Amino acid sequence: MREPLRRWLDRLGPFLGLAVVIATFALLSDSPESYLGVRNLRIVLSQTVIVALGAIGMTMIVIAGGIDLSVGSAIALTSVITAVGLRDGWPPPAAILAGVAVGGLVGLVNALAITRLRVVPFIATLGMLGVARGAAKWVGGQQTVNPPATWVNDLAVTFPSPEWLIVAPGVWLTVALAVLVAVVLRGTVFGRRIFALGSNEAAARACGIATDRLKVWIYSLAGLFFGLAGVMQMSRLRQGDPTVAIGTELDVIAAVVIGGGSLSGGEGSILGAMVGALIMAFLRNGSQQMGWPNYIQEIMIGVIIVLAVALDRYRSRAA
Amino acid sequence: MALRLRGIRKRFGATVALDGVDLEFVPGEVHALIGENGAGKSTLLAIVAGEFPPDGGEMDVEGRPYRPSSPRDARAEGIALIHQELSLFPHLTVAENILMGREPARHGWVDPAAAKRRALEVLREFDRPEIRPEARVADLSLAARQVVEICRAIAAEARVVLMDEPTSSLQGDDVQRLFALIRRLRERGLTVVYISHFLEEVRQVADRFTVLRDGAHVATGPLAAVTDQELITHMVGRSIENLFPPRGAGLPGEPALVVAGLSNPPALHDVSFEVRKGEVLGIAGLMGSGRTALVRSLFGLFPPRGGAIRLSGRTLGTRATPRARLAQGLGYLSEDRKGEGLALSLPIADNITLTRMSTCARAGWLSLAAQGRQARAAMDRLRVKARTPFQPTKTLSGGNQQKVAVARLGHQDARVMLLDEPTRGVDVGSKVQIYEAIRAWAAEGRAVLMVSSYLPELFGMCDRIAVMRRGRLSPARPVGEWTPESVLEAAIGGPAPLLAPAEPAG
Repeated sequence: MREPLRRWLDRLGPFLGLAVVIATFALLSDSPESYLGVRNLRIVLSQTVIVALGAIGMTMIVIAGGIDLSVGSAIALTSVITAVGLRDGWPPPAAILAGVAVGGLVGLVNALAITRLRVVPFIATLGMLGVARGAAKWVGGQQTVNPPATWVNDLAVTFPSPEWLIVAPGVWLTVALAVLVAVVLRGTVFGRRIFALGSNEAAARACGIATDRLKVWIYSLAGLFFGLAGVMQMSRLRQGDPTVAIGTELDVIAAVVIGGGSLSGGEGSILGAMVGALIMAFLRNGSQQMGWPNYIQEIMIGVIIVLAVALDRYRSRAA
Repeated sequence: MALRLRGIRKRFGATVALDGVDLEFVPGEVHALIGENGAGKSTLLAIVAGEFPPDGGEMDVEGRPYRPSSPRDARAEGIALIHQELSLFPHLTVAENILMGREPARHGWVDPAAAKRRALEVLREFDRPEIRPEARVADLSLAARQVVEICRAIAAEARVVLMDEPTSSLQGDDVQRLFALIRRLRERGLTVVYISHFLEEVRQVADRFTVLRDGAHVATGPLAAVTDQELITHMVGRSIENLFPPRGAGLPGEPALVVAGLSNPPALHDVSFEVRKGEVLGIAGLMGSGRTALVRSLFGLFPPRGGAIRLSGRTLGTRATPRARLAQGLGYLSEDRKGEGLALSLPIADNITLTRMSTCARAGWLSLAAQGRQARAAMDRLRVKARTPFQPTKTLSGGNQQKVAVARLGHQDARVMLLDEPTRGVDVGSKVQIYEAIRAWAAEGRAVLMVSSYLPELFGMCDRIAVMRRGRLSPARPVGEWTPESVLEAAIGGPAPLLAPAEPAG
């Protein structure tokens, strides 16, 4: 009986962290009502969409024992692709599909470098960090791409219309995808093999699992999520900016890790990663509202990442 | 299903692991694969299981050529390997571990009820109700994990089950359950290939045996037709080479290292011995018997739970860091040259002087000239073949690398040398040079503790030998009171030693 109880407490960890962050700012704030109000919730959620979508893909990769450092560059590239498509008069669904597909292509190339060239994921995706960023500047002609206004711009707005949506369509889409991937990870053969791969790759191979093919699927699928994050990026900026999202991969990895993901593989959860993304978003939002300078946020987020992981290691040692 | 191997060869670098092995396994037999450490048993099973390809030779299954390029191919032919070191998924459940690779599923979704049912069916063979299908493997004991590992091979519906020392972490009842299971598998017409060092186990389950020695096939036959004596003779062979430098005339001096009641369960139980100045004490035993754990416990790499260590009459704390042990005059040669013995990408000179850089540094600044000179002296003593002391250690052959590792202890000027497999994976020429260095150290009055799997070397080099078996050390006896057969018997627990009662404890 004690075992399941402890595991539940482990799962609650990130939620407790989120509660502490929100409670702290509510207490510090001059007007807790407005900090805790729907308006502010909309702001935070629409700000979280990009990192949250990235964290869904990254969670799969991290559980499988991998890492992807090219997320920020992939977001920039796919946001530029979407913007170029819209500028050139493509229908919005085609432009969106193109952005998402290019994200998947980036992931596929990463996977091929990892499985065919036998380059470790850290290095393969570090290379892609440069390649995708360069490609974004190339496609964008070294400047921002300004598409005409379409409904794409409303995907991740703070205040959606119609009003009954409460939050932007992009937020709902993110929630739906998070639930879908969480269920797939838990209940499908594919999902369980991702865990197996990260838990013990040699054993997975010995069990007859085609580990290389599995990696190709994981990185490509995750790439689709990074592509979708790029579309949301374009939607929020209303333009395709090849220099956007520098360092976003670190926020994405931080969200996964705060949510209980282990960089040595075999562990991680979508729900945890979503909470991790929210913790960082509420921290940013709260310190903005307090009028704290940017550097305070940066220091606090850095400290929280290390503390969250240290706490996790402490728990698993005690277990 | 008949599985036939013809002329299987495999080498790793300069080491020949398998030298043309012919074998045939028939359906419904339990076939024991026997041999000393390093005879090539595990390599042979890994090749059959598709983990790596042989360099030469052919295999066929029921007359069809069989060339597995991955474990996946082996699985497809119904061949499953149960590993010596466990290969489980610690983060997943027992059921997931047992069924990995063949999950019951509908349209890609795992059917949890069917998975639990399948897992329970297989687990029932072991009658261990406390291993629940939904438990996480990380939470299980070592013995329970081994049960899960065996269950996975059964769930794979293999027709040939390869077991590499499956009882290494099982205890009494579980061993008997495993044997009962093996007999049931045999009745169903499966082939079980069984590696074990323990002859009494082999006799309980196996029908036929094959002995491998130094990568070559030595003998095959029905177990009922051989005695333990004959098997041991096959394993040891007859060749005692004349590689060993003559012993000095001097008698060992006063005790240098005295160990009493050293314990580190489950690896070590109440180990006591002494090594005298100028003496070479050999520790024999099987891999995993606790030999390496003993050396590592002494050197502070595996802090013991209890016992006493005295060095030249002074009592040392049993728990210490390797740094403290070095300062106290202990030197350590790891059995794992690549993993922890040498920094292979660093220059030879750095590797040799690493434990005692003070001799070639002043106020923290290294004198490359002095370092090179001192490294060269240590290298010359062991005849390390290298252009310069400053070339990366990995550019040397395996034998020369090992000599660099040994030379480090000479440079360190250790008073007590703890040597774990000093000649593992080394060519004959390098062996002789390492033996000469060990002999010279003893002549200088240093105490040498030498762990080895290679019996001729223990007999050729040591003054006394003690045998490790399942974490316990036999009393040390002069080498003349042992025979290779009696050492092997003590290591694998055959008949009781025929020799005189233990000498008085030191």
